[in-house]
Amino acid sequence: MSPNLRIALRFLTAKKRSMMLSLSCIVLGVGLFIVTQATTTGFEGYFVKTILGTDGAMRIQDKIQDTLRSVAGSGSGSPFAGDHRDGRKFIVGIDNPGLLTTSLHTYSNISGISQVLHGTVTIRSSFKDELVQAYGIYIEDHLRVSDLASQIVSGSLANFRVSPSGALLGREMADRMQLEVGDWFQLETSSQIRRFRVSAIYETGLSDIDRVRVYLNMSQARSLLQKATGASYIQINLFDKNRAREDAAHIQDDLGYTAAAWQDRERVWLDVFRALRVSTMITVSVFTLIAGLAMFSTLMMLVLEKTKDIAILRSMGYTRQDISRIFLWQAAIVLVIGTACGCALGAGSTFAVSRVPLHIRGIFSTDRFIVSWSGWHYLAAVAAAIIAVMASSLIPARRAARLEPGDIVRGTAQ
Amino acid sequence: MATSTKTVLRCANLHRHLGQGEGRVHVLRGVSFEAERGGIYAVVGPSGCGKSTLLYQLGLLDRPDGGEIWIDGELMSNNADAARTAARCAHIGFVFQFHFLMLEFTALENVMMPMRKFGRLSGPEMEARGRGLLEAVGLGDKVHRLGTHLSGGEQQRVAIARALANEPAIILADEPTGNLDAHNSGVVFDLLTRLAKENGQAVVIVTHNPSIAARCDVTRPMRDGLFE
Repeated sequence: MSPNLRIALRFLTAKKRSMMLSLSCIVLGVGLFIVTQATTTGFEGYFVKTILGTDGAMRIQDKIQDTLRSVAGSGSGSPFAGDHRDGRKFIVGIDNPGLLTTSLHTYSNISGISQVLHGTVTIRSSFKDELVQAYGIYIEDHLRVSDLASQIVSGSLANFRVSPSGALLGREMADRMQLEVGDWFQLETSSQIRRFRVSAIYETGLSDIDRVRVYLNMSQARSLLQKATGASYIQINLFDKNRAREDAAHIQDDLGYTAAAWQDRERVWLDVFRALRVSTMITVSVFTLIAGLAMFSTLMMLVLEKTKDIAILRSMGYTRQDISRIFLWQAAIVLVIGTACGCALGAGSTFAVSRVPLHIRGIFSTDRFIVSWSGWHYLAAVAAAIIAVMASSLIPARRAARLEPGDIVRGTAQ
Repeated sequence: MATSTKTVLRCANLHRHLGQGEGRVHVLRGVSFEAERGGIYAVVGPSGCGKSTLLYQLGLLDRPDGGEIWIDGELMSNNADAARTAARCAHIGFVFQFHFLMLEFTALENVMMPMRKFGRLSGPEMEARGRGLLEAVGLGDKVHRLGTHLSGGEQQRVAIARALANEPAIILADEPTGNLDAHNSGVVFDLLTRLAKENGQAVVIVTHNPSIAARCDVTRPMRDGLFE
């Protein structure tokens, strides 16, 4: 053990109460930082998982087509071509989804492709009528781009697969319509009425989906909505979901269809979560700041109390650097103990919070507090504590190192 | 200036001012001094005459405004702080009047502290030497006592053992008996001079005590920043 560390350890015991206060602040700062980040990123992560599990990582819809407008020039009689005002034309929906699907298969990051056809219909049960959205899907394709299989809360997909008139209803819709698995209901458009049977009820947790979305087999949806070809959009799943924006841009450039990545599609909610995370981080950082101030105050007091000892050490041949290191060691020792205990507190609190019952429906579905276990939270908390404590220890340490032993001895000797 | 090979400490024409503005005092007014190995020197004089200031200059704890200081033949007065600190570690042992020990440490730890910094001995060798020194000052049975659990006389004896720890060529003592009763004063002075003589060390003692001064080899009275 170095002489400086040995002295630092012994000095620590000289200011037990103050050091304990600094230690407590560090423990609290680190612990709270971890648990708040675990909860905010936990909810954010769960929200992202939910939206990826319902609407996929990317949606391709509507074509943007380059155009040339032929205009007959007056007087000349000779035709010439000129650009449209902005040179582009917007075409709703996807006219040839099969061809587009084939093209999309060439992208290496795409893990699943599902054609979706949707339209507004009226659902009629024996209880009431409502306007809902009918979604035609190829179930096997759609399972590759969503978590629909794990979102089934009653009934089974097997029934939907084998029954052309099968339908998947959101839980809120089923509750409002008082429909259960096996019940028959009608879907009505302006031109026809068809009967369907509830194969299964799903729950995504997203009210906007569970309240209005009824899934049908694609052939039945085409017939009901009278759209023999085409698709409303194509839902895509990706191996690396964080590359969605780059892939969307490439697809848009290559294929001419608008492609929306999940980050842009859900920007509002993601911004809310980000703001929440930053605000809690700022709030909790106050504890870390207090830890730094406590350490500053403790070390400054210690420097004042130990001026004689500093003079003795300097007279023995301890350098200014040694003196500085003695005080920095003290901060480092408290910091190491504080961050270790803080991490333990953070982990324990995160675990305890994860057991807290919490019923949330609307933006996702959960019955308990959601936390995220990430090493980055611990690293960030420790880094914040290191910066706050060591930065606030530098001034007392430098002050101690600058003390002139002659001044100290003279001042006390006279 | 011709110097003997035994000369271990020398200063010439030392000047030092203290205070600022109107309160600025010319404390040392061109002091010159020499100390040889094995010699016991007393610097005496009234309060404020510059005795302690001279001692801190000789011990490289303070910088002179003018003049030169040689330690073991090496000019140190204008050296960088690191070189002066290294010289203190290797060549100089201090005994202060008030600042006896670092109270959170035991007697043995206090004595070992300069050795740990010097790094010349191994851990067990340091401990053996520390115990030997404490034995020599009559505290062999109190090596593990904390500074707070030692009397004033005992603390000063530990300070003497600590000053001798690195076998320095020079021992500088600022009123080493000033805070002790007559009996302990005698004990501490005898210890300091006996051990220094045995090891061939130069001892410079600043004191008000005439009986202590009378027992030194050389007494240098000071007045108004100059030797008389």
